[in-house]
Amino acid sequence: MSDITSQTLSEIIKNIKEKKISSQEVTKAFVDRSEKSKLLNAFITEDFSTALEKSKIFDDKPNFDLKLPGVPMAIKDLFCTNGIKTTAGSKILNNFIPTYESTVSQNIWNEGAILLGKLNCDEFAMGSSNETSFFGNVQNPINQNLVPGGSSGGSSSALAGNLTPVTIGTDTGGSIRQPASFTGTVGLKPTYGSCSRYGIVAFASSLDQAGPMSKDVRDCSLLLEVISTYDRKDSTSIDFKRNNYSSELTNNIKGKKIGIPNEYRIDGMPKEIEELWSKGIEYVKDCGAEIIDISLPHTNYALATYYIVAPAEASSNLARYDGVKYGFRSIGKNLIDMYEKTRSEGFGDEVKRRIMIGTYVLSSGYYDAYYLKAQKVRKLIKNDFDEAYKKVDAILTPSTPSSAFKIGEKTNDPVSMYLNDIFTVPVNLAGLPAISIPGGLDAKGYPLGLQIIGKAFDEQNILNIAFAMEEKINFKNKITDWWIK
Amino acid sequence: MTIDLKTIKHISKLSRISVDDEKAKKLEGDLNSIFEFIEKLNELKTKDIEPLTSIAETTLKFRSDEVKSKNIKNQILKNSPEKNEDFFVVPKVVE
Repeated sequence: MSDITSQTLSEIIKNIKEKKISSQEVTKAFVDRSEKSKLLNAFITEDFSTALEKSKIFDDKPNFDLKLPGVPMAIKDLFCTNGIKTTAGSKILNNFIPTYESTVSQNIWNEGAILLGKLNCDEFAMGSSNETSFFGNVQNPINQNLVPGGSSGGSSSALAGNLTPVTIGTDTGGSIRQPASFTGTVGLKPTYGSCSRYGIVAFASSLDQAGPMSKDVRDCSLLLEVISTYDRKDSTSIDFKRNNYSSELTNNIKGKKIGIPNEYRIDGMPKEIEELWSKGIEYVKDCGAEIIDISLPHTNYALATYYIVAPAEASSNLARYDGVKYGFRSIGKNLIDMYEKTRSEGFGDEVKRRIMIGTYVLSSGYYDAYYLKAQKVRKLIKNDFDEAYKKVDAILTPSTPSSAFKIGEKTNDPVSMYLNDIFTVPVNLAGLPAISIPGGLDAKGYPLGLQIIGKAFDEQNILNIAFAMEEKINFKNKITDWWIK
Repeated sequence: MTIDLKTIKHISKLSRISVDDEKAKKLEGDLNSIFEFIEKLNELKTKDIEPLTSIAETTLKFRSDEVKSKNIKNQILKNSPEKNEDFFVVPKVVE
């Protein structure tokens, strides 16, 4: 049997069910490896001893009917966990212990999974490199001093580094798909309304979605099946018939129509990304799908729209952090002074920047010019997709305009950092599902991702396309365990 | 359009985030480059376009208004930076 930590979720479940390994053995394997992997800085909070205790409880009275029987798992520190510190990567929440559990994480525990710990992320999920976290940079297992992507950077690092068999992240503008792309892993952002937002620290409420991150497409389908549920506690949760994503998974995509949007061929796109995309097109053709050129004419306006809508919603959501009922507090001369100092010292630079952009675009005299304008352009972007989906079943694009970059390379230029999300942001604005799968390696040996965008509620279809492509691509990550001495 | 230091101070006040002069200067540069990028939207004519206010087109469901007390007062108070018996303590508001 191969080393436990390098097994896929499906393999681990099979081995646990066949009693070839116990939950305790699996949990211990991940805990031991995590102990040796501190250099990655993937964890904010470790819960290893409780995890080991829970795995023993599982083994004493195993229930193999569960979907994640005794499987240990670390999750992004944006999901509130009852009784366990939840920081959102921020100083302002660095001592916050929730009194409730997010629905998505509860769904996972209900199916038998065991929490290993909470994973690092950009502060309030605002970032594309995990460099805005109060708890420090995260290393990409692919190479030293390389960012793991963001905001779910601790998640992608822990997953690629074999510290967790699968994980969940959140995606507001690409925060699952971009880190998946940077680490050679699979990440899916579900349709808006599929996975409950209840108990997830809010960033931009009309864009935020939780989603699975995994080593292959099958694992992704299984985890999505567990976390995607209708939830009365989230007023934007949608009650639709969800597939049994893992059992309905098929590589038969014959006759599917795949759209190639011309507007994603942006100026200055590296040749390697072009080539990856062309290769991806060949793979889907080999699987019997039909390629159709399409146009998404407002693509070029998506990022600007996003950088109005997301900060506006963030400024409103983050108004609650005032140092009164929970979190960090700074001493002030009076109440207002306390608010201002608390927020100035408690938030990092990127979060403050976005709160201020949001406050400005919502302020008196500017609302129509910015926020309303952005909502109208958002409508145009959604209309583009609606129009395209009259002709195609799914859309194939690169996930990111480059492979992972060096830590510190883009921190001084917010706009160049924002450009990372150019291919992922339109999907959030339109509320659609999309998956990123590893498509190959660039000349440096760094992974590059391909993105498949689906119609709303058509997760099964993009999973199937990804599953068929995965077979053809036969991707192998090059990870040397350089961080383990 | 450019954002000047006076506007930065105004936004800082509205968002209840104190900003010193050095930080304000840095923010002025950052925000201007971001807004320069955002201004791109003005290329589009949107007069007759309906704004997209909600991506999930569902009607809100009603639920009965029940009190569900979980008796977690102590856990909630534990998170407060300063408390006095069952109360959150804040600096004096009325002189």
